Amino acid sequence: MVTIGATDRRVIVVGGGLAGLAASVRIAEAGVPVDLFSMVPVKRSHSVCAQGGINACNEVSRQQGYSEYEHFDETIYGGDFLADQHPVLEMANWAPRIIDLLDRMGVPFNRTAEGFRDLRLFGGSLFKRTHFAGATTGQQLIYALDEQVRRYEAEGKVTKYEFWEFLWPVIEEGRCVGIVAQDMRTMQIRSFRGDAVVMATGGNGLVFGKSTQSVICTGGAAARCFRAGVWYGNPEMIQVHPTAIPGADKTRLMSESARGEGGRVWVPRKPGDPRKGSQIPENERYYFLEERYPDYKNLVPRDIATREIFSVCVDDGMGVHGENQVYLDLTHLPASTHHKLEGILEIYKKFVGDDPQHEPMKIFPSVHYSMGGLWTTFTKGRYNPAEPRPKHKSGSAAPIGSEVGLGMAPGEMNNMVTNVPGLYAFGEVNFAYHGANRLGANALLSCIFDGLFCGLSVVNWVKDGTPKTKPAATVHQNAYDAVVRQEEQKVARLLSTAKPGGSGAVETNPYAIGKELGDEMTKACTVVREGKRLEQALGKIAELKDRYQRLSLHDSATWTNQSLSYTRSVGDMLIMAEALLRGAHVRNESRGAHYRKDFTSRNDEQFMKSTVAKYDPSSDSVSIELMSIDASLIAPTARTYGKTDDSAKKPAAKPAVATV
Amino acid sequence: MSTTAPATLSAAEQSAAARRSSAKPGRSIRIKIKRCDGPGKPSRWETFKVVTERGSNIISCLQQIAANPVTIDGQKTTPVVWDSGCLEEVCGACTMVINGKARQSCSCLIDEYAPNEGDEITLEPMSKFPVVRDLWVDRSRVFHNLKRVKAWVPIDGTYNQGAGPRESPEQQETRYVLSTCMSCGCCLEACPQFNQEPDPAAWDTAFLGAHAISQARLFNMHETGKRLKGERLEALAGPGGVNECGNAQNCVKVCPKKIPLTESIAAMGRAVTIHSVTRFFSR
Ligand SMILES: Cc1cc2nc3c(=O)[nH]c(=O)nc-3n(C[C@H](O)[C@H](O)[C@H](O)COP(=O)(O)OP(=O)(O)OC[C@H]3O[C@@H](n4cnc5c(N)ncnc54)[C@H](O)[C@@H]3O)c2cc1C
Ligand code: SF4
Ligand code: SF4
Ligand code: FES
Repeated sequence: MVTIGATDRRVIVVGGGLAGLAASVRIAEAGVPVDLFSMVPVKRSHSVCAQGGINACNEVSRQQGYSEYEHFDETIYGGDFLADQHPVLEMANWAPRIIDLLDRMGVPFNRTAEGFRDLRLFGGSLFKRTHFAGATTGQQLIYALDEQVRRYEAEGKVTKYEFWEFLWPVIEEGRCVGIVAQDMRTMQIRSFRGDAVVMATGGNGLVFGKSTQSVICTGGAAARCFRAGVWYGNPEMIQVHPTAIPGADKTRLMSESARGEGGRVWVPRKPGDPRKGSQIPENERYYFLEERYPDYKNLVPRDIATREIFSVCVDDGMGVHGENQVYLDLTHLPASTHHKLEGILEIYKKFVGDDPQHEPMKIFPSVHYSMGGLWTTFTKGRYNPAEPRPKHKSGSAAPIGSEVGLGMAPGEMNNMVTNVPGLYAFGEVNFAYHGANRLGANALLSCIFDGLFCGLSVVNWVKDGTPKTKPAATVHQNAYDAVVRQEEQKVARLLSTAKPGGSGAVETNPYAIGKELGDEMTKACTVVREGKRLEQALGKIAELKDRYQRLSLHDSATWTNQSLSYTRSVGDMLIMAEALLRGAHVRNESRGAHYRKDFTSRNDEQFMKSTVAKYDPSSDSVSIELMSIDASLIAPTARTYGKTDDSAKKPAAKPAVATV
Repeated sequence: MSTTAPATLSAAEQSAAARRSSAKPGRSIRIKIKRCDGPGKPSRWETFKVVTERGSNIISCLQQIAANPVTIDGQKTTPVVWDSGCLEEVCGACTMVINGKARQSCSCLIDEYAPNEGDEITLEPMSKFPVVRDLWVDRSRVFHNLKRVKAWVPIDGTYNQGAGPRESPEQQETRYVLSTCMSCGCCLEACPQFNQEPDPAAWDTAFLGAHAISQARLFNMHETGKRLKGERLEALAGPGGVNECGNAQNCVKVCPKKIPLTESIAAMGRAVTIHSVTRFFSR
């Protein structure tokens, strides 16, 4: 193992979800000390929520004709040809190695009778290639990585800063040399030096108010980098998951694994049928996904399932009991399958009160994941065909093997670095891999892949890049003090507006502003989008931004002031929302999760490109640029998933009764 | 929502379902909260009126209070501080004492706890950990104790070395359940042997708690994890180890993940005895 000479060179990892933990393990293992920051104890990061599983080609599927290459092909097709292709190839090739490593770390993957790792079916694939631990896979994976990090912590190689909030990157002479963060208990603001900074801060579901994500998923950290000059890629690409339970505080996911294990989606053929689901006979049920997609059935990719559910409810007025909901039915499955899904069935029982073993669950789509994120680059690997190949025929022989370095060049310093040298983005906050739509069980993979594969790139930057000759330890203190002052001033301004008992008026109430933002974004920028409506939403953002300038903070405390942290993130979410809306507005086409009512088809000529958002601090405005992508491996084809026309079987539609 | 509870729900689940189905959305209920501005500051009680909606839980009530921090008597106050994350009972963050019992607040549904107009729910911080502010306590010790029992698998490194050990489905089932421990601290709050210890220097000799004992069992069961078995048993045999458990069995009753904690404690107790005897004879 190579250890670097100067012990004072360090790496800062912001975020202790799967991506941040995997990065910490890899970097600490290479002998570079890590300072790990997180708003919550890392073991409680949002990654614990992941339920269904993690994808990788495996020996069983391989013998059935599957390959790493097909996993790659599925991911590109599933993402509607928007992702840069080389990194996806490398990720798919690494997937089996990642599963092996997690297995060695002790993840209790479900087992077959003979003791091999069990597999389940997931969306967008015809092969079983998803590894899982019950229905709490994310929890089990993060615990395994948390344990490895705890080991390094006990050995003094990782220092944790839990309950610390990242506020701003320190960028000096065009590269990132550290961060400024705030202790969420003492409220102390201070700077930290780092020769590289890895952002692994997850998604931004809270921009939409309610989502399947955790309460800290505001995207605040990414928004702060964005405001500091880091580009943001494909902001408009937001995944709306087809199956979630609506709730008062959040929506709760019913994992795709429910369908992977045989769950069926349906509505009563008779709109508004007042009977309970279990009392409706088979021939009066409309299994619309199965009828419309005979190949993939209930396992079409998420954007497609979501739009079908939405349209059955909103356009056809066929939602269960006349409301915006459809059935996700597991009642026909055997007890052994229910057992494998226990984690999520418990959630339904607990939060809804019905037992999904006997009564079909009522679900509706909800914001779930952000394909967009901080823009990153990479160095291509060795596989460079003269021409992009046509779409891979499922089950046919792979054209290439799965050796290391075909997709991305291992260890190259620029792998998954943002436009600011020294500042990396890993995991959900990275815009790479998933294009316009993420396939189920590919996120956990991309998080861990980033950490393990690109962690080495970070180490090499610290050893051989600019920090080799100019370590952060030698950067002038003024660079750090200036950012600390800037953040202290922002806090002082917010504190100066504090009013006991909060702002009486909705107008200046930060919680009301946050809620209105969520409502507006959910209405204007989720399943169905339209140019005019997006413009209207931009108007609303401008109004909210103005109100934000005049708000009253609800707490003046200088100790553990949660209101301050929330209110600060509302400001960040407003800017993030603007980037989302502008991206959606520029993209005059429909692709993956981005569906424009006024431009219903995909337009490769103009838009097989990344939308890259840039922030101009002087005018507080967001501009969008279209940037070419690397599509040199697979040529785009129409993305239909073999849809058939089932209109003949569809009962006459009643006028829509559903409201959104 | 169905009106009759299916037969497969347990008796407790059925009575909860009955309470829920009788509860009407839009009623107002009272939330009484034990508050404290910070370490060393006095505590006080404040009561808030909250209007329920379908699916309301403690979190949505606290969110309502944050947006309008005025008590039931019209006193202007500050938003209540509390810890939360996943909101689906999988991260363990939102644990607090609700009507006298420690549990996760996100999965605590108002319709069950306060089905009638004017019903009251009491919230307090956990008592076994120092209060940071209001309902937020400092649970660093829960994680520290995982270090004491070396709760990890000592792999060689992250280089590709093939698969891990094969495992029977039965063993996976056992490990999986143990591995769902979310470090929430309910078992510690309920344990008569686990007491508040504000001084981190004393943590290494104070009682480990059921969760850490159970984690030791989890890692001792794993083929590679076993390599540290001896060190784990040493920790369990030492001060604050498994012998300090008084077998009150409170822990197992409150664990939200239904982890068989007393089974783990018994198993580790036996292992420690065998380990000590073997060590005695090999001296
Ligand atoms: C309900 C649900 C189920 C899912 N199921 C699956 C599945 O089955 N398979 C799959 O592949 N994917 C799944 N996903 C997606 C996947 O879980 C996430 O994409 C992934 O866990 C994100 O991991 P991450 O490491 O990027 O970020 P996170 O786990 O979100 O972690 C972010 C980290 O950043 C920290 N942080 C954030 N902001 C700051 C700040 N300002 N300062 C300091 N620290 C900060 C947080 O404290 C946290 O530690 C699911 C997602 C949801 C919501
Ligand atoms: S059985 Fe032991 S660990 Fe559990 S509550 Fe009783 S004393 Fe505490
Ligand atoms: S054992 Fe149960 S009660 Fe104790 S910390 Fe773990 S999950 Fe919580
Ligand atoms: S918020 Fe995660 S358990 Fe309640």
